[in-house]
Amino acid sequence: MEVYLDNGASTKTDIKVVKAMNPYFTKYYGNASSAHSFGLAARKAVEKSRSIISKKIGAEPNELIFTSGGTESDNAAIIGAALANIDKGNHIISSNIEHPAVMNTLKYLESKGFKVSYLNVDSDGLVNIKELESAITNKTILITIMHANNEIGSVQDIQKIGRIARSRGVLFHTDSVQSFTKEEIDVKKQFIDLASFSSHKIHGPKGVGAMFIRKGVNILPLLHGGGHEFNKRAGTENVSGIVGFAKAVELSNEKYNTIMRRLRDYAINNILKIKNSRLNGSFEKRLVNNINVSFKGIEGEAVLSRLDNAGIMVSTGSACSSKSLELSHVLKAINVPSDYIQGSIRVTLSRFTSKKEIDYFINVLQKVVKELSEMSPYGV
Amino acid sequence: MEYNKKVMNLFNHPKNVGEVVGASGVGQVGNPVCGDVMRISIKVKDDRIIDIKFKTMGCVAAIATSSMVTEMVKGKTIKYALKVTNLDVAKELGGLPLIKMHCSNLAADALKEAVKDYQSRKVKIDK
Ligand SMILES: Cc1ncc(COP(=O)(O)O)c(C=O)c1O
Ligand code: FES
Repeated sequence: MEVYLDNGASTKTDIKVVKAMNPYFTKYYGNASSAHSFGLAARKAVEKSRSIISKKIGAEPNELIFTSGGTESDNAAIIGAALANIDKGNHIISSNIEHPAVMNTLKYLESKGFKVSYLNVDSDGLVNIKELESAITNKTILITIMHANNEIGSVQDIQKIGRIARSRGVLFHTDSVQSFTKEEIDVKKQFIDLASFSSHKIHGPKGVGAMFIRKGVNILPLLHGGGHEFNKRAGTENVSGIVGFAKAVELSNEKYNTIMRRLRDYAINNILKIKNSRLNGSFEKRLVNNINVSFKGIEGEAVLSRLDNAGIMVSTGSACSSKSLELSHVLKAINVPSDYIQGSIRVTLSRFTSKKEIDYFINVLQKVVKELSEMSPYGV
Repeated sequence: MEYNKKVMNLFNHPKNVGEVVGASGVGQVGNPVCGDVMRISIKVKDDRIIDIKFKTMGCVAAIATSSMVTEMVKGKTIKYALKVTNLDVAKELGGLPLIKMHCSNLAADALKEAVKDYQSRKVKIDK
């Protein structure tokens, strides 16, 4: 049995998405900037996709541009906003649990002379709104705080953050890669100026994403070239990818979120019955598909590998499996106890995950944790 | 992480897991890089390691190297055991991913600590 529980990393492309994309590879393969019929067909598809996705977030079509994914959107939004506002100030506010696409972009800007304040989060992984307010100075030009965290699934109150930013005249960017279609995003209601989205986290194809840029907000482009995407992002449009992304958005549905949430809670309740286990992050303010748990005295990569042997695919926030050996900055930020921090795994569901799969997973997990604990010098 | 078959096989079916009853020496070391821990206990007779067991909290590489080192020195002399390095263990495993080389330190170091413990106990008895 193969059970894929790493949907926070990437998802299965829905077959309906693949079908929607196909004609734009083999039939209407024209450049969306060309004036002939193939070009016009491609243009029409891009613009239709733009209106589907912008509608989903309460934006106007001309407030959304397509990119190569979440990473590019994060880079373009943050660097673009910083460079466009360099005469107003050089201070940026963020959190200490951001995705590397944001974190390392900020590190880059710091190396170029910008100053960044990284807000701490509480044990649920949530920023303190009062701390945010007092971090704003007259040099602050941008607040970038992720909507939902990719490791522990904590969901920030972005409406509150957006309201403060707007009232203080500071731009607000949010990385909505994990939250898109799973949490409500309404750019007007939530006072969002810039936001990042990615297709492959929502059953769309990889390598395509989008960035919301509120009308009137000026950011400098990252990519220079032809006048694509309202002169905000040069490069021939990835037509099939964009069509697939829009199809994936169309296929999303609140009812799937309800099902995922129920399955998630069922899984959490059963995992926590295992001795020496803990849930990392918030019970309530949690992404519908995210589970992050730790087991005392064992190591995440060992758990991951044993699960993989049984066909179950998860990921780990712990040191040993990632390319670097450093502990997860997110788990450190929420103060996971030291004897638990190495034994963490992230389990992320999708709308294709079944109860049968979860039952199988829990069954194998119990066995794996028991075996590894017996092997541990901290043995139970 | 991509490990070779031998490493995966030992990780899945480690040999000599546990604690030696009535051990002659016990060594425990922690890996400063990742915080993982390994404990080796040995039983020595006539300067030979007649029994050896390990307990490890660590990654795939750490568990596989633990198992491998116990197999490499079981039945061997103390002198031989002290010569085993982490590179020897990694080599015997058919290689480890580069960033996992530090994990093999655990096994060689824990073995050395166990032997040292045995030797210091012996000195006390001999006195
Ligand atoms: C929160 C968050 N931001 C950004 C990204 C990067 O998105 P992409 O893979 O589309 O570049 C990811 C995906 O790993 C993510 O989870
Ligand atoms: S022993 Fe910790 S990473 Fe291998």
